Amino acid sequence: MSRAAPSPVVENLVLFVRVLRRSGLAVSVGQSVDFMRAMKWIDLGERDQVFHAARATLVSRCEDLDLFSHLFDLFWRVPGKIAGARRRPASLALRHGPRSSRNLSLTSFSTARAGSHEPQVELSDRSGAYSDLEVLQHKDFGAMTEEELHEVRRLIAQTRWRVSQRRTRRMVCRQRGERLDLRGVLRRASRRGGTAIELAWRSRKVKQRPVVLLADISGSMERYSRLVLQLFYSLSHSLRDVESFVFGTRLTRVTPHLRLRNADRALTEASREVLDWSGGTRIGESLHAFNRVWSRRILRRGAVVLIVSDGWDRGNSELLKRAMRFLRDRCHRLVWLNPLLGSRRYEPIVAGMAAALPFVDDFLPVHNLRSLEGLASHLASLPERARGFVSAPRGTRRSNLRTSERKSTMAALGSTNPRELNR
Amino acid sequence: MSESTRVFSSIETTFEVLKRHQYLADVGLSTSLHLALRMEKPLFLEGEPGVGKTEVAKVLSRALDTPLIRLQCYEGLDLSQAVYEWNYTRQLLAIQAHKGGGEADTVDIFTEEFLLRRPLLQAIDRSRDRAAVLLIDELDRADEEFESFLLELLSDFQITVPELGTLEAEHRPIVIITSNRTREIHDALKRRCIYHWIDYPSFDKEVEIVRRKVPGLSEHLSGQIVAFIQAIRQQDLYKLPGIAETLDWAQALVHLDKETLDAATVEVTLGFFLKYQDDIDTVRGPLVEELLERASG
Repeated sequence: MSRAAPSPVVENLVLFVRVLRRSGLAVSVGQSVDFMRAMKWIDLGERDQVFHAARATLVSRCEDLDLFSHLFDLFWRVPGKIAGARRRPASLALRHGPRSSRNLSLTSFSTARAGSHEPQVELSDRSGAYSDLEVLQHKDFGAMTEEELHEVRRLIAQTRWRVSQRRTRRMVCRQRGERLDLRGVLRRASRRGGTAIELAWRSRKVKQRPVVLLADISGSMERYSRLVLQLFYSLSHSLRDVESFVFGTRLTRVTPHLRLRNADRALTEASREVLDWSGGTRIGESLHAFNRVWSRRILRRGAVVLIVSDGWDRGNSELLKRAMRFLRDRCHRLVWLNPLLGSRRYEPIVAGMAAALPFVDDFLPVHNLRSLEGLASHLASLPERARGFVSAPRGTRRSNLRTSERKSTMAALGSTNPRELNR
Repeated sequence: MSESTRVFSSIETTFEVLKRHQYLADVGLSTSLHLALRMEKPLFLEGEPGVGKTEVAKVLSRALDTPLIRLQCYEGLDLSQAVYEWNYTRQLLAIQAHKGGGEADTVDIFTEEFLLRRPLLQAIDRSRDRAAVLLIDELDRADEEFESFLLELLSDFQITVPELGTLEAEHRPIVIITSNRTREIHDALKRRCIYHWIDYPSFDKEVEIVRRKVPGLSEHLSGQIVAFIQAIRQQDLYKLPGIAETLDWAQALVHLDKETLDAATVEVTLGFFLKYQDDIDTVRGPLVEELLERASG
């Protein structure tokens, strides 16, 4: 490759990289330089070699592989033709078989094109347009007017969430720790002629637990779904390590959309993602899909899982039980938020709810602002689950506690860590 | 020209050399490996468990006749386990021993002689006469903090020990990083590497792998085994069997002196390729029959 005049081959390669970028693949300058360098080592006449070399240097995510292959095929057949096209072809979505979960970014694009609309929150009662915060606090979300909902969204957006922490396995130097930091001891000793006068300590680093959010957006949850997304948005912005999913009849990951800065855009993008707004519910199937595809990647290191659903389920309740057990066994705490729980008469006798309940650690209402506050303080100080293999903080003995007794353990455990009582 | 580029001089030879060492790659992997060696970049291998990611590094070290330095990642992995640690006991002893000596001279306890070299430091050791293969296995298990350290190491292959100064590699190690994808590795790291996703092999390829790795298996049975496993991979399971599981199972069937696959045998050996009780429950019974039929049909 001469420096003076780029050959048509080089020009084409550069063009190809630009096409990839336009189509949404993040190709860094370094990667494209590598790509050019790689061309020296392969036979440019061999399409296969060019393909694999390009893929190895330009793609660094498994979910981009299919898009890449597609673009490669298009580009080396009719160069110049798709260079101007800014959109990914919508027909791509149809090509994904059962493994489409790996290609969410692609599917999402085309489903966005499919143009499913976000549901409007229906206003049935305009008579009680209260703006009084006190009243707002206790009013059911389902009964609110558009203005009130707007106010609620604003309040949710302002909430600073905190989730209880876990002690990681990583050690950091501390003034007062539980283990000797020999390196530190010797360093200090070397300053004092080799006598260890001062000790140095290390202790385990503390980190916020990962959070996984799963929301039911089926027909029966319609009144709440927009708010739930708002809640998820707020959680993903004030915490690190948050993954969000929504489900009706199938599971959709909305994490990347909710990460957008602008709340309105984030919510619009996330809701466009979903194909089955206000359809039926298959909680068991959706949770099973989560377990199968995502749990190994996301449920690590003591995650806190929040499921928002009313438990109306048209699916297989045996599967739901299995999926719930699987989920419970792999997370630090499984919290189920049910908007119907706010009503006094509500009893969790719906088949789905009844099947899921035995595996739930905390069954909480989310129907008004007050309940959200409760949720916030609960998340900030999640108690350890009464289970054999979770390590207890020092000095506390664990026993099998009933739900009613957990509250008191919570206070007792919380007091050992003042950080968690600040709220 | 270095040893690695001489042995793996083209994509075809890469494929052949791997094959000679009992590793059947596809053209994608051969290309990625060839380029990684040529361009002196780390090779980042991702894929489901048991598709032969770690094996690539082992084969590479055998083919190049160079030591394999393996760093198994785990949560909490830190510099003292991955890079270096001071030998405190010896340092303390040195101080003690010195106390009897004269007042004037001092003892330096931060020299190379007190340094314990962990895998990453070993990999850039200057005393080596050729590049080692450095395998950073299951990087997804380590924390993000470790990743950012790695980023620094992989860009210039030097390590700074505050008490000693900067140590730099004479022969850059050949780096293979693997990940099971239990979490996303940061893009910044992946971009510095040649990325390759190892998929499950095709039927023919898997049969060939089984035939090579499990001697004493009839052609008929190996075909049945692979067809069955490939049918299992189409099922809705928590954990799909990898090639490692296929090989384990094939080995087990050889020990059981089986000539052909039948439902009863499959039932009692399900545990060789299914690792979740839920999955075993799903497959056991009528599904076994159905898959067997499909496998022999």
